[in-house]
Amino acid sequence: MDYATILQILDSAVRLMTPLLLACLAGLYSERAGVFDIGLEGKMLMAAFAAASVAAVTGSVWLGLIAGIAGSLILAAVHGLASITFRGNQLISGVAINFLASGLTVLLGQKIFGLGGRTPSLAGDARFGPVTLPLAETLRGVPVLGPFYAEVISGHTPLVYVALIAVPLTWWLLFRTRFGLRLRAVGENPASVDTAGVSVTRLRYAAVAIAGLLCGIAGAYLATGLSAGFVKEMTAGRGFIALAALIFAKWRPWPALGATFLFGLFEAIANRYPNIEIGPVTIPSMFMNALPYILTVIILAGFVGRAIPPRAGGEPYVKER
Amino acid sequence: MSRWADVILTPLLSLLLAFAISALVILAIGESPVEALKVMVTGALGSSYGWGFTLYYATNFIFTGLAVAVAYHAGLFNIGGEGQAALGGLGVTLVLLAVPWPHWLLALPAAAVGAAAFGALWALIPAWLQARRGSHIVITTIMFNFIAAALLNYVLVNLLRPVGSMDPASARFPEATNLPKLTDFFALIGVEWGRNTPANVTFLVALLALFGVWLLIWRTRLGYEIRAFGRSEKAALYAGISPVRITVIAMLISGGLAGLMAINNVMGEAERLVLNAVEGAGFIGIAVALMGRNHPVGILLAALLFGFLYQGGGELALWTSIPRELIVVIQALVILFTGALDNMVRMPLERVFSPRSAQGSPR
Repeated sequence: MDYATILQILDSAVRLMTPLLLACLAGLYSERAGVFDIGLEGKMLMAAFAAASVAAVTGSVWLGLIAGIAGSLILAAVHGLASITFRGNQLISGVAINFLASGLTVLLGQKIFGLGGRTPSLAGDARFGPVTLPLAETLRGVPVLGPFYAEVISGHTPLVYVALIAVPLTWWLLFRTRFGLRLRAVGENPASVDTAGVSVTRLRYAAVAIAGLLCGIAGAYLATGLSAGFVKEMTAGRGFIALAALIFAKWRPWPALGATFLFGLFEAIANRYPNIEIGPVTIPSMFMNALPYILTVIILAGFVGRAIPPRAGGEPYVKER
Repeated sequence: MSRWADVILTPLLSLLLAFAISALVILAIGESPVEALKVMVTGALGSSYGWGFTLYYATNFIFTGLAVAVAYHAGLFNIGGEGQAALGGLGVTLVLLAVPWPHWLLALPAAAVGAAAFGALWALIPAWLQARRGSHIVITTIMFNFIAAALLNYVLVNLLRPVGSMDPASARFPEATNLPKLTDFFALIGVEWGRNTPANVTFLVALLALFGVWLLIWRTRLGYEIRAFGRSEKAALYAGISPVRITVIAMLISGGLAGLMAINNVMGEAERLVLNAVEGAGFIGIAVALMGRNHPVGILLAALLFGFLYQGGGELALWTSIPRELIVVIQALVILFTGALDNMVRMPLERVFSPRSAQGSPR
């Protein structure tokens, strides 16, 4: 394997990491505020469909992005209503949202475009194009680092950089602002936040809405950045891999970047080498695909550092009377 | 609130809401809900052919619904029915291909044991992790669904695929192990019923399972312990019930029931193991259990309803321009309204049905 191949795999890993990272951060906000979210997958799928449809009809990818975010926010609102206002089971609500998105996207897609659930292929302004970072071509001549900068760091679509910027932003928001302190507190001990005179309901809705926004961007990226259009079930379990990455990262933003990059790298390697041969042993591609899940189970088992979720996660808050 | 209102009225109103919104969805895609319902009823219930498929699907959903319900009584949410049923298929396949069975009557119990054992095994690791290491069972069972899919993919492509075949599927099971269809039973008494439909003897096994789970949960000591643990872990611990034991046993039974589904779809219908044989039935079990309030009678009714929706949905896709995915939407709405939003229906009902004196007191 030469340097050029390694660069190609890393480049592909960054692209595959992006939807995982955005969805993982979405889950981070929600779960840090005490609302479990296994509906990341559904929100992303809905956003991917809405983004691709609007981009196909209007020819503008930016309008598509807005539609994607709106689609995801609607499902986030359903989740908030069920798990915050009506104090329902957050896990069941998440399951329902995943199915709702899976069915509605095909139903609406067939109605609007009649292509069996697909949207027409996007081209030109209906897709996100690559952004060349400053000096990428000038520095290409620098040995080792030059090609790395030009291939792996530069040349991605804008949403990749949005996802990367979201990491320090999330860290700052959660650990350096009053809002972040309260949001984390509401996931650990909502009664204390309530006693301080801050609305638990409003904080949790804010967290669920931020999760909706991030899933919206993730879905829009899938349909307009990574691929050129929406295909039935195109999220393909990414919402659950993001959930796995969230546990892997122990609900922290910087490790989330590391975990999602690792899982993106697995996918990139599995795409490039369907069967990896190490001496006499052949590792099948199925194993690479299942690796994020296997690693998460091992992490969950607590054999490699313990993952402790926010304490009030999954419990609806009932105000004391 | 009176008991009948809680047990009958709340789920019924939730269901009505789910169906009302489904009707709106059909209207929104420019079709007529009344016409759609007519096509579904005719296709699924209007002939013995339709019934044959409805009962076949219902059999799958009884098993997966029971699987979710048993875990639910222990306070565990098993989303892993999909993976456990897939592994059950592997168990059935290994049993049927390893031994030259002379007759299906011998093969059926052996295959059932294989199916239940593999399904239970797949539930054991998440159960043990939950009981011993405190890892959340919902997350681990989700992960195990994906691991099961990858595992089955590998086993079918690399190990079980007959030489020379391009199809990622196992060899056909020996003819002697093919289960009799319900149509054969009707033929015995001279009635022509449901020709060329997959409904088979497993339906009767499913009815037995319903009764068995009722016995287990409400008539045995173990069932009492499971329910006590599900209501309050602390109280159960105080009463001398071991959380580890109950978690593991409840999940083994749950996984075993999900695995048993394989004697219907793998042994009874496909008669070989194919890729993605479960086709989402594991997830429908969640809707069935929620709608059936985790009681065998409710689960039977809910499984029949979903069997009807499934067969009717197939007919819709055949005769109208409404895609099959409508069923997924209805399923989602049923889960949402009966599972997550049930307080939306219950809160106003409580206000109507509560005695005047109780009003305003904290509940």
